[in-house]
Amino acid sequence: MKARIALLLGSLGAALVAFAFASPRVVAADKVDPVTDAKAFQNFFFQKFPDVKHEDFVNGPYSMNEDMKRQWREKEEFPPYEFALDAGKEMFATPFKNGKTYADCFPNGGIGIRQTYPYFDEKEGKVVTLELALNRCREANGEAPYSYVKDEMASLTAYMAFTSRGKPMDIRIPDDPRALEAFENGKRYFYTRRGQLNFSCASCHVQSPGQRIRAEILAPALGILNAMPIYRSEWSGMGTTSRRFVTCNSQTRAVPLEPQAEEYRDVEYFLSYVANGLPISGPGARP
Amino acid sequence: MASSIRVRATSNGDITEVQTLIQHPMDTGLVKDAKGELIPAHYIQELKFECNGKDVFVANWGTAVSKDPYVKFSFKGAKKGDDLKISWTDNKGGSDTITAKIA
Amino acid sequence: MKRSLTLAMLLALSLAPAARAANEADYKAAYAAAETASKEAAGMRNQWTVTVSALAAAKKAGDGGDFDRAIAAAKEAEALAKASTFQATSEKEAWKAMEIR
Repeated sequence: MKARIALLLGSLGAALVAFAFASPRVVAADKVDPVTDAKAFQNFFFQKFPDVKHEDFVNGPYSMNEDMKRQWREKEEFPPYEFALDAGKEMFATPFKNGKTYADCFPNGGIGIRQTYPYFDEKEGKVVTLELALNRCREANGEAPYSYVKDEMASLTAYMAFTSRGKPMDIRIPDDPRALEAFENGKRYFYTRRGQLNFSCASCHVQSPGQRIRAEILAPALGILNAMPIYRSEWSGMGTTSRRFVTCNSQTRAVPLEPQAEEYRDVEYFLSYVANGLPISGPGARP
Repeated sequence: MASSIRVRATSNGDITEVQTLIQHPMDTGLVKDAKGELIPAHYIQELKFECNGKDVFVANWGTAVSKDPYVKFSFKGAKKGDDLKISWTDNKGGSDTITAKIA
Repeated sequence: MKRSLTLAMLLALSLAPAARAANEADYKAAYAAAETASKEAAGMRNQWTVTVSALAAAKKAGDGGDFDRAIAAAKEAEALAKASTFQATSEKEAWKAMEIR
């Protein structure tokens, strides 16, 4: 009996010691180092899911579940985003009232460039997303901006993503303290718990990818933006990255920020950077 | 505007497999919009596939079918190059038609 | 942390005046306190949807003259707002525990 108590106390002590050793890790390493962060981020998923091919992470829940993958392959033969894609192609080619087109606003005429967005604009000192760039293009040409969450915006980005399919994500962080701060800010947003349910982005997409949340299978955070925009059966329509962030927030009972708020742009910058090297798979279809 | 109907019909021996995606709101008349007003019912009532002048697939639909419906079926008796005519009419009198070649 | 949140909410709710019927002045004071707390949460960019709806429920009941219900909802809104500011404050450091390194 005595021996057992001693053993218990001993193991308790050992646990405490282990905890004491483990906890300093939490506060250490405050220097912003995107390269190491991205490596650690990718390794975490590669080790957690050794059977998933690296380039397959961009297919979200389909990389996690064999049944869903079969259904999705069949669906991809006749994808639900096809109407949006065609509409986007037409919109992209249609000139504005002043005769210019979207192609005039983007490098390489807007074709095959999705993988470089979002980028850090050193003149402005802020992250610029594809959606933001598209609306700025419209405004510069005297057109009213589109809603950031769906419809026209999702159609346009669907087309631009489609022309970039298979290209590896290629986000650069310039040697600028403001760019590093944007990256760090996005990382903080990603891991910060919010809402009454006390969830962070990572609670679902780092700790539990492949697990079910009600009837859905959670997608891994790695490469999650490579598939944007997406047709979601739940929305019965298309949605942009902004729409995804807004619904994630409200599902945890946090009041969402306005689309393209600085925090959202920064978290998009962070998530895209850590997915560098993984192919663009958008537009995607999700349940 | 492009057609509201996408179709792919492939012949494999005696059997032709047809896949169709139709763009349509399929409003049930029970859903409210952002202002709290009912969205009036607007749905496809009849969907028809004709091959060589013969109906091969006719559906009488109601409000229970989803938005942007997808249909897949197969039938016998057609060969490569035959015309497949697809048409739908909805409860507001709207309609669309497309003719596809069986590949 | 979860438990302390629940306790704080229960405490705040149990402090609501039970003996006498509430009047408009009590409601206005409770509502003002809840509004201040919720503004603080919004200022930290960490408003909760439930705070917003509890505050709206308080206003609705107060406008309708049901001050008992209005005060209860206002107190709930205040407790929720305070919980969300607590969350935002503690997460300033706590988020690092979740980080992949």
